[in-house]
Amino acid sequence: MLEVNGLRVAYGGIQAVRGITFHVREGEMVALIGANGAGKSSTLRALARLLDPAGGNVRYRGQEIQTLPAHRLVEQGIALVPEGRGVFPRMSCLENLRMGAYSRNDRREVDNDLDHVLGHFPRLKERAQQLAGTLSGGEQQMLAIGRALMSRPKLLLLDEPSMGLAPIMVQKIFQVIRDIAAEGMTILLVEQNAKLALEVSQRGYVMESGQITVSDESSRLLADPKVRAAYLGE
Amino acid sequence: MDTLLQQLINGITLGAVYALVALGYTMVYGIIGLINFAHGEVVMIGTMVAFTVIVYLAAAGVPPIAALTIALLVSVVVCMILGWALERVAYRPLRHAPRLTPLITAIGMSIVLQNVSMIIWGRNYITFPPMIDKRIYEIGGATFTNVQVAIVTMAALMMVGLIFLVHRTKIGMAMRATAQNPHVASLMGVNIDQVIAMAFIIGSALGAVAGGMVGSYYEIAHYQMGFMLGLKAFTAAVLGGIGNLAGAMAGGILLGVIEALGAGYIGDLTGNFLGSHYQDIFAFIVLIIVLMFRPSGLFGERTGDRA
Repeated sequence: MLEVNGLRVAYGGIQAVRGITFHVREGEMVALIGANGAGKSSTLRALARLLDPAGGNVRYRGQEIQTLPAHRLVEQGIALVPEGRGVFPRMSCLENLRMGAYSRNDRREVDNDLDHVLGHFPRLKERAQQLAGTLSGGEQQMLAIGRALMSRPKLLLLDEPSMGLAPIMVQKIFQVIRDIAAEGMTILLVEQNAKLALEVSQRGYVMESGQITVSDESSRLLADPKVRAAYLGE
Repeated sequence: MDTLLQQLINGITLGAVYALVALGYTMVYGIIGLINFAHGEVVMIGTMVAFTVIVYLAAAGVPPIAALTIALLVSVVVCMILGWALERVAYRPLRHAPRLTPLITAIGMSIVLQNVSMIIWGRNYITFPPMIDKRIYEIGGATFTNVQVAIVTMAALMMVGLIFLVHRTKIGMAMRATAQNPHVASLMGVNIDQVIAMAFIIGSALGAVAGGMVGSYYEIAHYQMGFMLGLKAFTAAVLGGIGNLAGAMAGGILLGVIEALGAGYIGDLTGNFLGSHYQDIFAFIVLIIVLMFRPSGLFGERTGDRA
């Protein structure tokens, strides 16, 4: 579904991503793990065109997309849940979710999807009219994921969904991610919490200083002594 | 008592105009963080275009109300195009430049527009031909005219329309989302360039209407009139909390009232040392006080931006 070939990202003269190649198959959840500053988020941001790649190409469903502007990607079926959640603080939960469906014109279907998404997140239903800026971090993360789902994506890009959340909230968020994946969503997950990410995904790539150093099935990565030593704190 | 009521009426009229102009500043600021100092000149061009059309139509024998309406519509369209062009030519190329650069450009554009206007309409005061039979009403010793009623009514309608647009339509949603987080808005499929252009276009349309009002209220126009008007409307926007639409509306009305009351009482306050032609100082006293004690303005509280 997604094929990334030799993707490079540079900030000024500094290369954050040094020509990485990976792919995500339809219906699969793939984890991109690595230490802080390894280039994981830069990779996602380049895929979502929040920054311009310095090189390489990105094929999505057989079509080159690295030249499309950010606002055209969502209609192609790509949705990013950004790092730090990025909810619209002075809009209500409901308005945030409706913003997720901004690119769609099928009003009735949007209303159905709204019910479906609120089904995933009963907490957001209770707080539907509350301003998003007043929600807790976990609730904001739920809202950000829900908002991305409202665009009916075919490929969901998740950037550090566990960041800054209490452990119990992390469990809840990851349960939802599992549920979404079980519904057949294709997911590319960037996560610092390597253990969690590898537990929920089928395959994983390990990034180090802007390059992919290891790639394998997630279960094998979880068992790999080197990965365990470097990323699972053993 | 007579003075108080009279100055309140005058202040609300003036304030309605400030509010419409202030909305143009605040919309653009809310979305790209730029103080578009050329906005006052857009308003001035609106007045000038309205004037030209009225004179032309009156000479052709078109009935006054029809001539006024057509003039207003033409000046709205001209200003919308002007606002769009300003953004396109002067500000968009500087989108990623340091903040000071577009600000200086805005001042530059303001000077350019003043000079263009001077070339077209000359450097003298232009007298608006009286189009409406002015009727004067009296209430509690104070008087107001049908022109004032029309100004306040029209301003109120425009503001209601704007609130509806921003809160109930898709482009309005996109504008609010972009103001709060442009990157994420683009992830939702919002074309940021389009939204920014819309902010300029809508702000300029409101400015054109305000320009028509100023022209018919004072019955004169001048190529430099946009400067002081713009500065006062900017003050109104800051007073209300720049970037906040309701703030611009409230700030405009409030500034108009403060100014009118100031002008009405300045003679009494200073033992006739200063006359009402010093009314301009009140706007800037307000600006200084707000910037010193509450730079975020009356409505400018931003809570809950962060988790």
